[in-house]
Amino acid sequence: MAGKGGNGTPLLDQLETGPWPSFVTQIKSMAETKEACSQLLGLLERSYEEKIGHWKHGGIVGVMGYGGGVIGRYNDLQEEYPAIAHFHTLRVNMPSGWFYTADALRTICDIWERHGSGLTNMHGSTGDIILLGTSTDELEPTFAELTANDFDLGGSGSDMRTPSGCVGPARCEWACYDTLHLTNDITQTFQDELHRPAFPYKFKVKCSGCPNDCVAAVARADMSIIGTWRDQIQVDSGEVTAYAKAGLDIQKDVCSRCPTKCIEWDGKKLTIDDENCVKCMHCINVMPKALRPGKDQGATILLGAKAPIVEGAMLSSVLIPFIKIEPPYQEIKDLIERIWDFWGEHGKNRERTGELMQRVGLGNFLEAIEVEPVPEMIAHPRENPYVFYEEYYEEGEEEEAGA
Amino acid sequence: MATERRTDIGPPNYQKFLPPIIKKNYGKWKYHEILGPGVMVHVGESGDKLYTVRAASPRLLGIKRIREFADLADKYCGGHLRFTSRNNVEFLLTDKSKIEALIADLKKLGHPVGGIGNHISNIVHTQGWVHCHSAATDASGVVKSVMDDLCHYFSEDQVPGKLRIALACCLNMCGAVHCSDIAILGVHRRPPRIQHDTVNKLCEIPNVIASCPTAAIRPATIDGKPSITIDEELCMFCANCFTVCPSLPMADALNDGVSIWVGGKVSNARTEPAFSKLAIPFLPNNPPRWPEVVDAVRNIVEVWVRHARKYERMGEFIDRIGWPRFFKLTGIPFEKQHIDDFKYAGLSFKRSAQIRH
Repeated sequence: MAGKGGNGTPLLDQLETGPWPSFVTQIKSMAETKEACSQLLGLLERSYEEKIGHWKHGGIVGVMGYGGGVIGRYNDLQEEYPAIAHFHTLRVNMPSGWFYTADALRTICDIWERHGSGLTNMHGSTGDIILLGTSTDELEPTFAELTANDFDLGGSGSDMRTPSGCVGPARCEWACYDTLHLTNDITQTFQDELHRPAFPYKFKVKCSGCPNDCVAAVARADMSIIGTWRDQIQVDSGEVTAYAKAGLDIQKDVCSRCPTKCIEWDGKKLTIDDENCVKCMHCINVMPKALRPGKDQGATILLGAKAPIVEGAMLSSVLIPFIKIEPPYQEIKDLIERIWDFWGEHGKNRERTGELMQRVGLGNFLEAIEVEPVPEMIAHPRENPYVFYEEYYEEGEEEEAGA
Repeated sequence: MATERRTDIGPPNYQKFLPPIIKKNYGKWKYHEILGPGVMVHVGESGDKLYTVRAASPRLLGIKRIREFADLADKYCGGHLRFTSRNNVEFLLTDKSKIEALIADLKKLGHPVGGIGNHISNIVHTQGWVHCHSAATDASGVVKSVMDDLCHYFSEDQVPGKLRIALACCLNMCGAVHCSDIAILGVHRRPPRIQHDTVNKLCEIPNVIASCPTAAIRPATIDGKPSITIDEELCMFCANCFTVCPSLPMADALNDGVSIWVGGKVSNARTEPAFSKLAIPFLPNNPPRWPEVVDAVRNIVEVWVRHARKYERMGEFIDRIGWPRFFKLTGIPFEKQHIDDFKYAGLSFKRSAQIRH
């Protein structure tokens, strides 16, 4: 089975038992018809024996006119595993919300059967359909067939990465804006920035419909657009009573878990001090039939999340406490462009927006992108008394100084 | 070929792929209920009911299996399906009576149904040795081993609250695991081996120097050729330099392995989003089943299952009982590596006399 090497894959075979679906079984299912997959098993078995990977740094490969969307991949034992000497990845931009028809999936499968390994990731970490493994000369034909069927490549390298969003209003009563429409609209608006890397580093956008943040926007996106509301939680008091009757301990499981203690239950009536509600979602999560987000809906926009590379991991922090999210989303697009302008001019090579914000100072960053500072942006004011002022008064300017 | 080359068309519009019941009830869902492991119903203001069946996936799928999913979508869901942000596959039904048959078909294919509500969901993970150049461990093999062990929490047994596990095979963290209840993170422990004969050909030396967060890399001339030196005492094995320079390989069978982090979250429910914190600095790479990692994750999960209150996530649980008690309950030894020594390290020191004795 293992192609080169001869002795099968005794280590990998051990990963075909057990209740969880096996990736080894998946690779084997393609190895019957694809020599590349057979050799991939052999190479992976070797990694399992040697406890080390056998893939080299990606080279520069791609499709004509694009700088992103293809990850070059070569193995370091090319003579022994020639069928995967090059084994590049194509990132294919998924439809918003990861919805498919059976026929659309079959179309992708057929294309990938003709041009590649037949292996995929559904989906990659950023959200793309990952077509895992093909040779350099198959890239352009694959791309031609994908685009002929209305699919296009996603982002890679120092570009806008493929935006992603949660299931949103398609199947969730908590969506405070149309995450699918915004994700698709931003993707389409910035096709050039997505396909042709021109930034200091990557830029990710993720759209979550509510503060449960099912696409992990606050941890994984430079721009995290998280749905919220600013009026009252909608309460169906009949359903509240029904939950209590069904055995829910509202005091213990709902009220005592409220982070601002803004919700009270006297055994009959639920009272919410909405001005003190921080929209955490806990009470709504526990009683979805009784409570719903308010009607004045929009989003909080946060900026700067990233994984450790280079200066350490960051969570996004608040940039716009509340904004209405309505087509054509011009205000958001303008904001994105102002951030890109400043970052393009002042960002260092491989510096994410979160790191830039730290380096130049949030205050200076806000001035540059024309956003007013507001207390919602901070956990608390500074403790450090070393404060910068850009100007000072000279003698004779007592009046201006207010002395 | 005279056909025009199409570019910059973007993804197909999602609206083409939505099932009719979703088009009809789009933005007008009223509430949902969890009906059992991996099964929920969304009820629209119209009264329409949409049933979701969520099945496990290894994420790495061959086209044969995807076609089988497509066939199931035709058989049960009018040809519609979706995937989740945690790489599960979801089938969307309007006919409740078909759910059991669908679940049986999924089980026949080897895909357990579960992961909704207070169950462990699928592990988000990276490529590992299957396809990545910078992996310090495999991804799919560790995930398979851990989920084989925890699968009953996915498909049968409830846990106190949400538990999100993620795996990244190096500090690049394509899986952005840094805000997970339990994060499994591949780590290196040996500085890069400098390949002096190729540094100047394959890498831009100023970029390599700038890539180091601790300024451990300096320019040097070696055997008459421009290259670099590394102050090994300053190296914290982040692999930033390798990312910009292939002549600085980090992978090392003897020193690579896995670390375990706990208590992070991204949701705003109750407490604010939080980073995961280091629980176990190092466990060996022991393929094909990584028994040390499987045992360590199960131990942490079971301590949480036994001691956490309802809805309390790992980080909230640890906040309530305190880190000393977390280490005591789990039996994990506390070591020097647990104490931060990078930027802002002092913020993680205990700065009060509020201690449980």
